[in-house]
Amino acid sequence: MKGIFKLAYKLLVNDKPKFAALIVGITFSVFLIVQMMAMFSGILNRASATILNVGAAIWVMDPAVQTVANTIGMPDYVLDAVKSIEGVNYAVPFYSGGALVKLADGTYQAVTVIGLDDTTLFGRPQLLEGKIEDIYGENAFIVVKDTEFRKLENPQIGTQFEVNDNRGVIVGIAKVNSNSLFGVPTLYTTYYRALQYLPNPRFTISYVLAEPKNPADVPRIKRQIEALGYLALTKDEFIDRITTFYKYQTGIGTNILIMTVMSFIVGLSISGQTFYTFVLENLDKFGAFKAMGAKSRELILMILFQASFTALTGYGLGIGLCAFLIRLARARLPDYASVINVWNLSFAFVMVVIIATVSSYFAVRKVLQVEPFDIFRG
Amino acid sequence: MLQPAIQATGVVKWFGEGEARTQALRDVSLSANFGEMLYIVGPSGSGKTTLLSVLSGILRPDSGTVSVEGADIWSLNSDQLADFRLHKIGFVFQDYHLFPRLTTAENVAVPLILKRMNWGDAIKQAVHYLDIVGLKGRAELPPVKLSGGEQQRVAIARAIAGQPEILIMDEPTASLDGETGQGIVRFVKQNILNESRCILIVTHDSRIYDFATRILKMADGRLAGAEKREIL
Repeated sequence: MKGIFKLAYKLLVNDKPKFAALIVGITFSVFLIVQMMAMFSGILNRASATILNVGAAIWVMDPAVQTVANTIGMPDYVLDAVKSIEGVNYAVPFYSGGALVKLADGTYQAVTVIGLDDTTLFGRPQLLEGKIEDIYGENAFIVVKDTEFRKLENPQIGTQFEVNDNRGVIVGIAKVNSNSLFGVPTLYTTYYRALQYLPNPRFTISYVLAEPKNPADVPRIKRQIEALGYLALTKDEFIDRITTFYKYQTGIGTNILIMTVMSFIVGLSISGQTFYTFVLENLDKFGAFKAMGAKSRELILMILFQASFTALTGYGLGIGLCAFLIRLARARLPDYASVINVWNLSFAFVMVVIIATVSSYFAVRKVLQVEPFDIFRG
Repeated sequence: MLQPAIQATGVVKWFGEGEARTQALRDVSLSANFGEMLYIVGPSGSGKTTLLSVLSGILRPDSGTVSVEGADIWSLNSDQLADFRLHKIGFVFQDYHLFPRLTTAENVAVPLILKRMNWGDAIKQAVHYLDIVGLKGRAELPPVKLSGGEQQRVAIARAIAGQPEILIMDEPTASLDGETGQGIVRFVKQNILNESRCILIVTHDSRIYDFATRILKMADGRLAGAEKREIL
């Protein structure tokens, strides 16, 4: 059987123009599919950056909240109520809001300010420079060294700035796992300093972060918080909620889906048509194989092998090209949001398998119809 | 006494439907023996190629039987028929039907690969058969780089590579000049024909009639049954 596959391989690869057209078609299609999905994954990943960076098990919020950024303040009693629920190990307040920083050169830069619970500093970032206890110092802020860091003019420990007419000083430089979506630098401080420095409505808690004593307690905790009129989501549920919002309520998801479907159709058209033409041009050869004693299933295997080999080669090249271009883009644009993950690789793989299956289906049908007698008749 | 390799009895074949229905073979019976180079001759449309296809297990007749070494080939299922063609029959097609994307040696190795021989051994054997037809030095070339006569010899090497007992040649000299055509058929008779092989040739090239051991003439789907001497 190995010999038959080698025969199929040589018949395919030695027809260089057709093989090149097939590979280009599938590579281009995979590249577009993966690129679209990587871009969308990058957006979703960044939209959930705060959740990933803080790492709390349960997020309590107003039911109208759709993303981390559009917070709706909750009254203080919600924190106490959550703490009192049976099964809650601990609960802390969490602040997330926007502010304007006046830089040394007099220009203003929008920032995201994260206020951590003063007692526990739950959700604190990993420090690259400085000590975490310095966050309790006067006017202290920790700056995240991400792709937006340079927008604050690359501050050092001791760099001073103004936040809403209050003096601020950098006491630490930190790193986080995921950059935010909105292209603004992030400052961490304590919860109460955030409330002092930033203008706030009557209710001030953006989120209550809770940790269950046992994962089995989560459903009961969620039910009791719902009874209070608020929403409790696990980390994954909150990420799903944000994903759903961007998919269905912003138009981004629909546009990406349309582009992905178009890429698939382009790939299917080019590859399907080229493969079908390749088989049509070799129909007499397949007839000769039949006359010489090749069985139908051997010819089907040859065609499936040719289609699979082309599809997998194109898939590999498409992924490689996409990864290369993302890397190249990141070298020039550090903010470039694109993530190749197992889901978009799997999706592209399924698309490629469909392209190979459809292409080979028509080819197989044609080859099964050819009669060896036609070879004699010329 | 020559042993019969193929025996056909009362073979009938129709083509088409309704008013376009025509009878290609009309009650054809014949016997071809081992050690024999049997020609089937006749004008175009007389049913030569149809008969050859029926005898070689490629085209199912509407009625009649075809036995090869005593076994009725048309009682076999499609897989068994494919195996029969692979192991018993070697084909030399009119247009050679060599694979342009393979080398000459790979072309000759095709029947061996279909017989599940591993690639390396098949190529070695193919080169041996190319040596027999005098083309060892062309083993690595693609068929398009060869002359018509050389391509015909490659087709013969491919046909005999599987060591078939029956060799079927359809218009083997149709695309060749007279001298080359005669050279090819002479070569086949001297080097390929033997006591345990039967060669069936369909042709209307009278220049090669001299090499036949027996000639059967066809006209309007019927076998005239002429002996070689009469036709010459």
